[in-house]
Amino acid sequence: MALTSNVHDKGRWERFRDSDFFFAFKRSPVALVSFTIVCILVFSAVFAPWIAPTNPFNPASLNLMDGFTPPMEPNAFTGTRFLMGTDDQGRDVFSTILYGMRVSLFVGASAVLFAMVLGIVLGLVSGYFGGWTETIIMRIADVQLTFPSILVAMLIFGIAKGFTPVEYRDQMAIWVLILAIGLSDWVQFARVVRGTTLVEKKKDYVAAALLIGRRPWAIMIKHILPNALSPVLVIATISLALAIIAEATLSFLGVGAPPTQPSLGTLIRIGQGFLFSGEWWILFFPACTLLVLALSVNLLGDWLRDALNPRLR
Amino acid sequence: MTRPVLSIHDLSVDIPTRAGVVKPVDGVSYGIAAGEILGVVGESGAGKSMVGNAVIGLLSRPAHISGGEIWLNGNRIDTLQGERIRRVRGKEIGMVFQDPLTSLNPLLTIGDQLAETILTHLPISKAEAEKRVVAALEEVGIPGAAERIDSYPHEFSGGMRQRVVIALALCAEPSLVIADEPTTALDVSVQAQIISLLKRLCRERGTAIMLITHDMGVIAEAADRVAVMYAGRLAELGPVRDVLQQPEHPYTHGLMTSTPLAAMDQKRLHQIPGAMPRLSHMPEGCAFHPRCPRAQDKCRHAPLPAIEDTRAACWFPMQAETAQ
Amino acid sequence: MLAFIIRRIGQSILVLLIVGLVAFSMFRFVGDPIDNMLGQERTIEDVERLRSQLGLDQPFPIQYFKFLEGAAQGNFGVSYRQGRPVAEIIMERAPATLELAAVSGLFAIVLGIALGVFTAIQRNGVTANFIMATSLIGVSLPTFLIGILLIYLFSVELGWLPSFGRGETVSLGGWWTTGFLTESGLKALILPSITLGLYQMTLIMRLVRSEMLEVLRQDYIRFARARGLLDRVVNFRHALKNTMVPVVTVIGLQLGAIIAFAIITETVFQWPGVGLLFINAIQFVDIPVMAAYLMLISVMFVAINLIVDVLYVFIDPRLRADRSGAH
Repeated sequence: MALTSNVHDKGRWERFRDSDFFFAFKRSPVALVSFTIVCILVFSAVFAPWIAPTNPFNPASLNLMDGFTPPMEPNAFTGTRFLMGTDDQGRDVFSTILYGMRVSLFVGASAVLFAMVLGIVLGLVSGYFGGWTETIIMRIADVQLTFPSILVAMLIFGIAKGFTPVEYRDQMAIWVLILAIGLSDWVQFARVVRGTTLVEKKKDYVAAALLIGRRPWAIMIKHILPNALSPVLVIATISLALAIIAEATLSFLGVGAPPTQPSLGTLIRIGQGFLFSGEWWILFFPACTLLVLALSVNLLGDWLRDALNPRLR
Repeated sequence: MTRPVLSIHDLSVDIPTRAGVVKPVDGVSYGIAAGEILGVVGESGAGKSMVGNAVIGLLSRPAHISGGEIWLNGNRIDTLQGERIRRVRGKEIGMVFQDPLTSLNPLLTIGDQLAETILTHLPISKAEAEKRVVAALEEVGIPGAAERIDSYPHEFSGGMRQRVVIALALCAEPSLVIADEPTTALDVSVQAQIISLLKRLCRERGTAIMLITHDMGVIAEAADRVAVMYAGRLAELGPVRDVLQQPEHPYTHGLMTSTPLAAMDQKRLHQIPGAMPRLSHMPEGCAFHPRCPRAQDKCRHAPLPAIEDTRAACWFPMQAETAQ
Repeated sequence: MLAFIIRRIGQSILVLLIVGLVAFSMFRFVGDPIDNMLGQERTIEDVERLRSQLGLDQPFPIQYFKFLEGAAQGNFGVSYRQGRPVAEIIMERAPATLELAAVSGLFAIVLGIALGVFTAIQRNGVTANFIMATSLIGVSLPTFLIGILLIYLFSVELGWLPSFGRGETVSLGGWWTTGFLTESGLKALILPSITLGLYQMTLIMRLVRSEMLEVLRQDYIRFARARGLLDRVVNFRHALKNTMVPVVTVIGLQLGAIIAFAIITETVFQWPGVGLLFINAIQFVDIPVMAAYLMLISVMFVAINLIVDVLYVFIDPRLRADRSGAH
């Protein structure tokens, strides 16, 4: 019996926690640490050209003699020291990581943004108008959900690549990658937004807005969409972690970012070739960076989900 | 009276929480004799189910017994651990839960569930157990028992399921049955049948029954004696007729005048002002004093009188006044 | 029950038709098949002959139907890159993928369920908490990094296990090659299987744990304890069985995912299976191979989904009764 009152206490505490988002954030060491790490990583990626000691993709700044320098040791020929060593072409690993992270984050964020916009629009449309539009959109979503999204992304990448003229393939790869990952990831957004739309559509204020002559699109965006924002935010954060991993995986498999514009995944692909010959740093540092990045975005997303909407699980 | 089957002495249950320790059960004592039905009443949160769970050793963590003793057939059981308390459950104490829809495992036939209980506690063969299963179902009034042992719980109605649950509680012939709100989840028409079934089994087998309920009607119908609980403490304990007709504790009185059945002759139902205090904010002295029309200074500070001397744990019982 | 299965089969066929349409459109519209098949030196007559030979002069629905007809008979065309029938190439490589998937699936299911049950029963135990914390990292770790880590540890540093390939294989009946019968074949299976199965294992474990904790809170579990049943009986006979009802669906889907994720593992370990074939096909835009892979994996997914649905009905008597009641 006392259990009920105990549960009651907890419920209130949680409601309090939910209402005071920032307070909860300050109280959670996981959230604080992962948020700080994400901030640092994003900052160093954005300002890579100013932070990185060299621009690894400027052939003029490269010296082949610097190749295969272990981290923190002077190069045998030139005597230069590199924080994380250099790769076979003498590129500074630390700099390639900063630039690679830039590509990874750019692709991940753009893909999620694309998926989000697409999902929101399709979700609003299918929820608000219903009928055939809804049936077709949700059917496609169901079919797509049957397959792992990484497979869908690979397929879309392959098809899009087929459409791209050979000479533009490397240049377009980043955009194709964004398209592929984005298209493989819109379903979650669409489902949540459609669910909210179905609920909100029935409420009186929507009828009232229609009555005073508001257009459906204005109602959808101004009145219905805000109700779906917190789950959308949660899904976006979790999707970001997944998109970063998806991008790294595709690039690692050789069907993503090209060697001329490497992401963390491409760097790991390159580094794997040197695993047996003992140049471990070419693989180790990019791998660690990817790991830390994916893990902290993931933890942040998990925390956000619990904090904003415990029922979303 | 013969030696009681169950006797509880000064039982307390603690739950440690962030805000400190709360006591959902605080110094409760009562006994139940063979063949007797003791009704335990109180509002939700009064601690009546907690006592039942403490007796059968199924308090869910972090709740635990922090004081007092529980004796069953001359053996102390509150100190038993692990395997030894497990042997008591089902064998010596049967339990009936509130909701028959959720008490039965949906994936096992009722025959399987009965047979596993019987085979756990009695040293008999599978064939014999099967006969007992049919007998047990017949005894609780399941029509066509022999054909229904291979049925799954969802193939029975709510009332029939509760009969199955009772058969499960009784199949190893325990000397005590704890029935925790056995009729609350049932249709009104079925409630009476279940109560009379419990009564009949109790009389025939001499089983002691602890009937936990918040329904005064059920108490009036079934119980021999009644224990009224308020905020984890015993408010009043006595024969059912006396307590219902001439309550001594002001809380019992309030409870009676707010119950449709007992208040039939009144024009309107009374309401006790306020709500039961939260366990984390228990008032000093008598827990009922903030709501009690008869409360005096003594009630606010002095510890309650022990219930052994009186029927009600109250400094100013109702009877005393009418006698004056 | 029968109506239910027929309805599910209908839905499955719809999915396959949509996937077939995607695959066919790839064939038809991504690049020009004629360009891909004929070299630089060609005559108008050659082109026309090939057009009618391939049926490209017929209306779209008929072409689509013909494509499906061919696919159903295992005719997926000729690989642009290898110049051999796609069906032949896939048949050659299927055993490698299927053996890898089978071992990983077994590893994921057995260990996933065992650890899930363990961590649910020992909810606050030190070992259980440690396993849960580790699994969180396991979920966020990209599969290919796990593979690389294992290679580094067991191949580079310790030198115990091979880092690539299938080892020695034995041919069975002329159409199946197996790595199960040689020592090097078995050794070669270990690292890829762990890599492929680890993520699914973690997923199954976490799911089993949370479902089982949910089940352990149910009234019938309390009632089973109140009846004095042995802990073992309560945990395994009562709780585990109810836990498995929702878990079976997910496990089914995970088996499908294993075959798809094999692409990554096969690339890391240069495992000569269908996944590696698919990745190479994407790199070289070998459309017939991509389309065939898509069709095959869809059939597999749909079949698994169907089996899971039917299995569901067998596990849960409530569903069985509802169906028979409907008749």
